Amino acid sequence: MPEVLKAPLVLEFPFTRSLGPVQSAFLTGLRERVVLGVKTGDGRTLVPPVEYDPVTAEEIRDLVEVGTTGTVTTWAWNHEPRRGQPLDTPFAWVLVRLDGADTALLHALDAPGPDAVRTGMRVRVRWAEERTGAITDIACFEPYEGDGDGDEGRQPAAHSGEFEDMVTGIVAPARLDYVYSPGRAQTDYIRGLSDQRTVGERCPSCRKVYVPPRGACPTCGVATSEHVEVGPRGTVTTFCIVNIKARNLDIEVPYVYAHIALDGADLALHGRIGGIPYDQVRMGLRVEAVWSEGGRYPDHYRPTGEPDADYDVYKELL
Amino acid sequence: MQGAAAMREIAVIAFAQTDHRRTTDELSEVEMLMPVLHGVLEQTGLKTADIDFTCSGSSDYLAGRAFSFTLALDGVGAWPPISESHVEMDGAWALYEAWTKLLTGDADTALVYSYGKSSPGSVRDVLTRQLDPYYVAPLWPDSVALAALQAQALIDAGDTDEPALAAVAARSRTDASANSHAQVRGSVPQGDYVVRPLRTGDCPPVGDGAAAVILAAGDRARELCERPAWIRGIDHRIEAHGLGVRELTDSPSTRLAAEKAGAFERPVDTAELHAPFTAQEVVLRKALRLGDDVRVNPSGGALAANPVMAAGLIRIGEAAARIHRGESDRALAHATSGPCLQQNLVAVLEGDPR
Repeated sequence: MPEVLKAPLVLEFPFTRSLGPVQSAFLTGLRERVVLGVKTGDGRTLVPPVEYDPVTAEEIRDLVEVGTTGTVTTWAWNHEPRRGQPLDTPFAWVLVRLDGADTALLHALDAPGPDAVRTGMRVRVRWAEERTGAITDIACFEPYEGDGDGDEGRQPAAHSGEFEDMVTGIVAPARLDYVYSPGRAQTDYIRGLSDQRTVGERCPSCRKVYVPPRGACPTCGVATSEHVEVGPRGTVTTFCIVNIKARNLDIEVPYVYAHIALDGADLALHGRIGGIPYDQVRMGLRVEAVWSEGGRYPDHYRPTGEPDADYDVYKELL
Repeated sequence: MQGAAAMREIAVIAFAQTDHRRTTDELSEVEMLMPVLHGVLEQTGLKTADIDFTCSGSSDYLAGRAFSFTLALDGVGAWPPISESHVEMDGAWALYEAWTKLLTGDADTALVYSYGKSSPGSVRDVLTRQLDPYYVAPLWPDSVALAALQAQALIDAGDTDEPALAAVAARSRTDASANSHAQVRGSVPQGDYVVRPLRTGDCPPVGDGAAAVILAAGDRARELCERPAWIRGIDHRIEAHGLGVRELTDSPSTRLAAEKAGAFERPVDTAELHAPFTAQEVVLRKALRLGDDVRVNPSGGALAANPVMAAGLIRIGEAAARIHRGESDRALAHATSGPCLQQNLVAVLEGDPR
């Protein structure tokens, strides 16, 4: 069996998220070097704060200010930092209960090695130099040997949660890297296209030819494997007229996008129709693929000049 | 679920899984899935047209593609139209949905399947995208790091230590020697730290795989299966999403789900626990009050094969298969989802008295 195709696939997307009143106050506070928590109905202080009590689900809004020093409640030594993590040198992941808080915040601790980290150790916030109103405004935590001005045992102080120029949203970029493989059936299809051939697969049960093939018959639910070359000519079974230009697409509007049943196929695939004014495209029009130089798939389909196909010939393929 | 006696009897009557492997480049998802779909149909003699309801579990983030589950539907013969649903979760939750569908009486048979191909991406990074997007995901804490925080909390609490965790790993992979589908079997070195205190041996293998089960109600189950694995109860519960809000050394959601599923009414002889990390087995044994007389993860569990999105359904399937084979009379199956055992599902399965 020829080697299966593989290609890198990168998904990147900036998620734009709006913040509610509590998250807005917390993240704006970080920008101003202030850490806020929220009080629950039973008097606990949650840091980081949430809008709903995790026990009762009641809405909570009473903001309080807690310390920027705290205590590690658990940790894990990360000797190989990964992309996007807070530090690019070995560090400890930590849950830190800030002074005055009853719950812990997840972040990184900059420490020389695992022997310098233990549960119960005292740490303090190291602020990022440039702060925008995001969790990364805390660059990381660092060990803190309390010298009297620590806040251990401090009581949280009421805070309005109001700052000038409140942050109301964040943009959270995400990026994931894949090496995508389309599997055997689609690999065969793509390899065929590189020779300007369109290859489908026949279902061993219902005998229908599927194109592009995906390795399974969607009617019978069985594997397909018998290659069948279809086309190069086909019939327009249905179409639409596109009037809005897509970004980065160098095609004049209006143009026609159609379902095309290639000769020998039992399923229509879709493609653009060219070489004919958009308002003259019709069901039954006979077309053939046009390949651009070096193109890895048909650029468009154009009329062959044959008489139109009879409706009865393609009505099952609509 | 309480009041189970008054409800319709529903059983797992067939189970199939793939051989789980590090990579399956040569297969698309549907190509990987079809053998297990055919497997459960052959076990029961059912045709796709005999299935009243189909439900699947998978994740677009693993596939790197939107609506990826729709392509897998080719494998179940989705034309003509079928009654179908999908959960963007482990297939154990798809089974829960199918079970409720059968309870309503709208269906007598259900096909449940799930699959995950972790090989195209980096599953440690992919799973960060399920975290709180405001406070946690921007820090990119990977799945091993979060499990390591939980493990250290257990060590600090005196609930376990590194040798005890290594023993969990060794027992799991030794048990997996008898499981031809498992990815990691036999004697495996505990290895170096991945994120301390977790070593490679404490972590699940990354791999691709799929599983399927068929559920049937009442007499239909008895017709199709010699010894149905009756679902006496299922429940699932969730913890607060904030890791720092939770008590990481315990799993109150698992305990509550088990109680609601009736797990504590009588002892179980087998427990299939979805504990991808060794330390999580320690948490689950405590939450489920499992004694040493309970056979835990005879399949090797998720430490032997952890196809993401299918590993929980496989726990239910493995527990049911032991009942089918007469190796268990009352088994507990557990599935988890999310970081540090965030969401937990417990099912109690029983065979008819012999």
